[in-house]
Amino acid sequence: MGLKVNNISKSFKKVNALEQVTFHIKPGELFGLIGPDGAGKTTLFRILTTLLIADKGSATVAGYDVLKDYKSIRNNVGYMPGKFSLYQDLTIEENLTFFATIFGTTIEENYNLIEDIYVQIEPFKNRRAGKLSGGMKQKLALCCALIHKPKVLFLDEPTTGVDPVSRKEFWDMLKRLQTKGITMLVSTPYMDEAALCDRIALIQEGKILEIDTPKSIVKHYPKPIYNVTANNTYKVITSLNMYPFNHSVYPFGEHVHYTDKRDSFNIKELHNYLEQNGLKNITIQKTKATIEDTFMELAR
Amino acid sequence: MFGDFIAVNAINFEVKKGEIFGFLGANGAGKTTAIKMLIGISHPTSGNATIAGFDIYKNTEDIKKNIGYMSQKFALYDDLTVRENITFFGGIYGLSRKRIKEKSTTLIKELGLEDVSKNLVGSLPLGWKQKIAFSVALLHDPKIVFLDEPTGGVDPITRRQFWEMIYKAAHQGTTIFVTTHYMDEAEYCDRVSIMVNGKIEALNTPKKLKSQFNVESMNDVFLNLARG
Repeated sequence: MGLKVNNISKSFKKVNALEQVTFHIKPGELFGLIGPDGAGKTTLFRILTTLLIADKGSATVAGYDVLKDYKSIRNNVGYMPGKFSLYQDLTIEENLTFFATIFGTTIEENYNLIEDIYVQIEPFKNRRAGKLSGGMKQKLALCCALIHKPKVLFLDEPTTGVDPVSRKEFWDMLKRLQTKGITMLVSTPYMDEAALCDRIALIQEGKILEIDTPKSIVKHYPKPIYNVTANNTYKVITSLNMYPFNHSVYPFGEHVHYTDKRDSFNIKELHNYLEQNGLKNITIQKTKATIEDTFMELAR
Repeated sequence: MFGDFIAVNAINFEVKKGEIFGFLGANGAGKTTAIKMLIGISHPTSGNATIAGFDIYKNTEDIKKNIGYMSQKFALYDDLTVRENITFFGGIYGLSRKRIKEKSTTLIKELGLEDVSKNLVGSLPLGWKQKIAFSVALLHDPKIVFLDEPTGGVDPITRRQFWEMIYKAAHQGTTIFVTTHYMDEAEYCDRVSIMVNGKIEALNTPKKLKSQFNVESMNDVFLNLARG
């Protein structure tokens, strides 16, 4: 059960969309695929849901082979694509009935699985899907992906374009689904959502950079990081970029994250340098690496 | 006001020259309505506003000449080349042919796009497109540039290069007005306002908002406010 991906490669014309991707997901695990647009996340989802055939490698989903057992996979997985793909002209209830019917089941049969999500949109069940807000569309899409009680659920950027309140609610729903034994693969470009997964794979340009738990993945960051601030952020960035000992300089919200090439980095020395560049109210403090720092260091 | 629905209710704020101002709100909070009024394509039911010194009732044409706009959804024509896009938007903004030529050359050089200037924009990675789109929004040296979710989905390194460009423009005196519901973008702004149901419920620096709500991220500030 769970999911196994072994050395999957796929290219389109000149572009290598996926290069030797390997990872295993345990049954019941909530696994995150974290990477920007164009990293290859959707291509991988399409291969695992049997909508696309890989050039090389093999994969099994819930124990079924993506090539030989594609029909069994289709009956045992739920797929929520990144782009809203329900019938806009059908109502909430009609969409859900439609998906239940094509999988040979009924809403009543698996209602317990979708109940706590569906009750939130049920008051609008006669409204057409095309007339729903982003948050409601997302809840309906999740219900439709769950109505046949899949063993594995694929969620491709489910929270893109959704505001923080709906995002939080969505992740709470995924956590509750996990208690019902469903294995989940979820992709997202948001590094803050990575922290909510059991394990994550960082992916860029078709390659897996690292796989680990969100807590442990930051331990792969090799250097101490310093938060630098002063009275003018733009001048902090340009000054640090010209500092001959910099290893990396990245704006990070109200701070700038700085790492040094040398093993023996001297805060005072950098402080003086910034002062000479006309900066005031300088602070330099050691900080912890985030998942995003780790991603950038690995992607360099 | 639309029918009985009050989209934006008596909002007041001021943005300084050269400031990076974040305009935040949940889906449907009234952000788009507010912006349409600010750029002169929709009139408020009551109240007044000036943009770069121009009145939003009387001087709508002056406003349009003095603002730049870039959105995540639409910014450039995919089936025009990089250079054609620059020429097209330069023309729209009323720049002379000579000026467009100069601007194109500097812009392409600054962004390191010499090798792809004759490629269709549609063939370029998202991060590059966003950088070009931002530069194009600045072509006519606007006093204010409106950015709508400018870095959503872009890889973390390119996103930071993008913020460096924003900081640079602000440093040179351009006012930057960012609307977004990506709270990590909010962290980069000098000040942010948060709209809930048509009203501005908070307006301060990210640092002060975080300490006011005693939380670690703008995401948590937002969740606190939007949930009431």
